[in-house]
Amino acid sequence: MLLGILGSPFVCRVKIALKLKGVEYKYVEENLADKSDLLLKYNPVYKKVPVFVHNEKPIPESLVIVEYIDETWKHNPILPSEPYQRALARFWSKFIDDKVVGAAVKAVLNVDVKERENNVKETLEALQFLENELKDHKFFGGEEVGLVDIAGVFIAFWIPMIQEIAGLELLTSEKFPKLYKWSQEFVNHPVVKESLPPRDPVFGYFKGLYESLTASK
Amino acid sequence: MAKEYGEVQLFGVGGSPYARRVRIALEMKGVQYTYFEEDLRNKSDLLLKYNPVHKKVPVLVHNGKPLAESLVILEYIDDTWGNHPILPQQPYDRALAQFWSRFIDDKCLPAITKAAFTANKEERDNSAEESLEALQFLENELKHKFFGGETIGLVDIAAGFIAFWLPAIEEAVGLKLLSCEKFPKLHKWGQEFTNHPVVKENLPPRDKLVGFFKARYASITASK
Repeated sequence: MLLGILGSPFVCRVKIALKLKGVEYKYVEENLADKSDLLLKYNPVYKKVPVFVHNEKPIPESLVIVEYIDETWKHNPILPSEPYQRALARFWSKFIDDKVVGAAVKAVLNVDVKERENNVKETLEALQFLENELKDHKFFGGEEVGLVDIAGVFIAFWIPMIQEIAGLELLTSEKFPKLYKWSQEFVNHPVVKESLPPRDPVFGYFKGLYESLTASK
Repeated sequence: MAKEYGEVQLFGVGGSPYARRVRIALEMKGVQYTYFEEDLRNKSDLLLKYNPVHKKVPVLVHNGKPLAESLVILEYIDDTWGNHPILPQQPYDRALAQFWSRFIDDKCLPAITKAAFTANKEERDNSAEESLEALQFLENELKHKFFGGETIGLVDIAAGFIAFWLPAIEEAVGLKLLSCEKFPKLHKWGQEFTNHPVVKENLPPRDKLVGFFKARYASITASK
């Protein structure tokens, strides 16, 4: 069972992993303004989605869930088998969470000009590291999608949307040719494509957020 | 039986709980390594070369290949040297270990740090509340002698901050979070952990740590 919300990149990561492994599951759409008893029971610490429940045992935190899925269903591996490569995969996916997601969202959903500028700068610096890391492979995982690609779904699908809404240039083909190309390959990957949420409602949601923030100023 | 370790180097700072985590893990596994003490106000070229992304310690370099981020390093150490496992075997238990160690880094440490080292009293009080909530989750989670069961595991190593650094901070700034009345199990765990033979050898000198925190506290309250 997967508890989630439609527009969450973190939930999307788990959907991609489950689809890659061909795992059947029940999906429960949560309402974060009115959290279900199930969510509060299964994730009392953070009360957030995604939460993955396997044989009644719950796991929160998207990257922890994806690793669990990889260890439980062994075909189509998501993490490399070699310890150093595994460590690098964990490092870069954590980097995406710590350095890219927060800064990018703050770059967009911020009325303070100075703060927005700082967050744009941080996001661009972070994206540059990823650009360099991509080397000559199709994906961060090599020829097939791996942990870092899955973690990076936010960059491939959400950043293009939010940058359009805010009129910012974060992920462009001029600034980051390899990363940009990667994002196209990634969102068009057959498994990923089917796991992404529909663009319009998610776009609409962020647009609404952005407009209410900028209007109240 | 001699094990082939290869060349292992660790860049750290004496007082850093993150660097100490890695030392504990390496010592537990009996891995030979060379330690380099960094001066964070004057970072070495090697550190900047090996951790260009964060420019922080700890950095583990194994046969010339660098790794940063203490929890990533701990898992690597466990994947590479199989004796005295730090993570559980079962996927679900491993996931829980990963979850709780990240919880310690994402929620506990920041809240505790803010509860001690913030000039603004309201922010300090809020962070103290957050810290107590976080500690309560850990208290509830502790079912055995250690988080790892009968022996120390990933979560114990990650929680070293709570066992040793937190009491030092409490003494330095006059804060009380980890009391044995509120958190009997966690308090007892702290004692067991710091007295564990491998851990004991790998803690920084306490009075130096308290002195460091006192100075830090003074600079924050003075600048207000």
